[in-house]
Amino acid sequence: MIKKNLLVFSIVFFSITLNSFSIEPDIFVQSTVNRASKLLGEDITKNEKIEKLKVIAKETVDIKGIGFYTLGKKRKSLNEQEKKRYAELFEEYFLKSFSSRLAEYTNPEIDVQGKERLNENYTIVNSILKATNERPEIKIDWRIYTKNPENPLIRDLIIEGLSLARTQKEEFASVLNSNNDDIEALFKVLEEFSKN
Amino acid sequence: MIKKIIVIIITTFTLVSNLHASSDGELLLKKNEPSEIKDCSETFNKASFAINQGLDKVIFKPVASVYRLMPSPVKTGVSNSLNNLSNLVTVPNNLLQGEFALAGINAGRFVINTTVGILGLLDVASYLGFEEYTKEDYGQSLAVHGVGPGCYLVLPVLGPTTARDTIASLANFFGGDAWYNVTVKNDTHYFRDVDYYSSKVTSGVDFRAKNFDSLENLEKNSLDFYASVKSLYLQDRQQKILNSQKVVETQDDSDWEEIETQ
Repeated sequence: MIKKNLLVFSIVFFSITLNSFSIEPDIFVQSTVNRASKLLGEDITKNEKIEKLKVIAKETVDIKGIGFYTLGKKRKSLNEQEKKRYAELFEEYFLKSFSSRLAEYTNPEIDVQGKERLNENYTIVNSILKATNERPEIKIDWRIYTKNPENPLIRDLIIEGLSLARTQKEEFASVLNSNNDDIEALFKVLEEFSKN
Repeated sequence: MIKKIIVIIITTFTLVSNLHASSDGELLLKKNEPSEIKDCSETFNKASFAINQGLDKVIFKPVASVYRLMPSPVKTGVSNSLNNLSNLVTVPNNLLQGEFALAGINAGRFVINTTVGILGLLDVASYLGFEEYTKEDYGQSLAVHGVGPGCYLVLPVLGPTTARDTIASLANFFGGDAWYNVTVKNDTHYFRDVDYYSSKVTSGVDFRAKNFDSLENLEKNSLDFYASVKSLYLQDRQQKILNSQKVVETQDDSDWEEIETQ
């Protein structure tokens, strides 16, 4: 009887514990947005904002995953050393591009409106960027990678139905195409972007 | 005039039904997949793109930057009346796509907004609970009936398009756009050519103003601005053809599934 009770207790305890650590993708997005929004509203310099945004991005975005998605089929032909170099260069490029884009906004108001689970790896979270005098309301969907439910990560932003990751992927493909599919050319372009 | 429209509708129906009788969502998605659309005239396209960038810097950007400073009600009114005019192309295309109920709704929207909404300045139909308005054009109708996009094109002044959409847009000048008929073709004496052309220019300025920051941001942060614009344009076209903004319906997820980093 004691053994049975102990077993039941253990199962209940573990299921509660496991569930309590998983983070719902919509809550994750809203809290990330709130963090970024609070930061953008702070009275600090643009460079300070950029540095703090980079910290948020490192914690909440799957930069490595986006990098390899962006590379398309080319990722299959890279050796380990090239993959490592690409991952480093992409992270620098991504953080610079992402943070300088966001730093232009002040106090963006984003409301999470719902979510749609695609499969165990992905959930799409729907949100609205509220209208201002200068621009209309914008619909933003977030592709959240949920393979590890305790640590969901952003993999794509889909603005009014247009995927940023997909755009970046086609942009990288164009750079490779116009340079005979030479990965070194892409490395050079990424390096130059990050330096400027 | 009515005779001409009927002839065009019958011809278009015959043409599209002979070309390919398919409206299967998956096939539509595949046919209009941005990465599958070839850039056959890349040199010409890049030259046009450069011309358009020049025109943007000299004309559209400065005008849009002034326009966006106007009070919100003015901008909303302009945007509403341009949307209202576009119903004149949307309704025939709702019919061509077999969306008869939607054609009725959009025709009703046009009548209400033109009259009660003071020439379309006010979107009264939306206040009355009409379905959200989505523009349709002859390129979308051809796509829905299975016509592929052909090559990607960038036209001077007019911007990005595809071979299918360029050919389809000619329908506007052969009776398919009532606004063109009553202005440029002078079927009535109430409007002039300048009314049509100024509505098109205003539409361009309105689009540029709405996307002012996004385009600036995109240009500044792109490794290849031409490729970015091409990708965004073709993604936008794809979702308009599918009449969906749902990611699950407009995106092929297979590439995402292969990425494992956790």
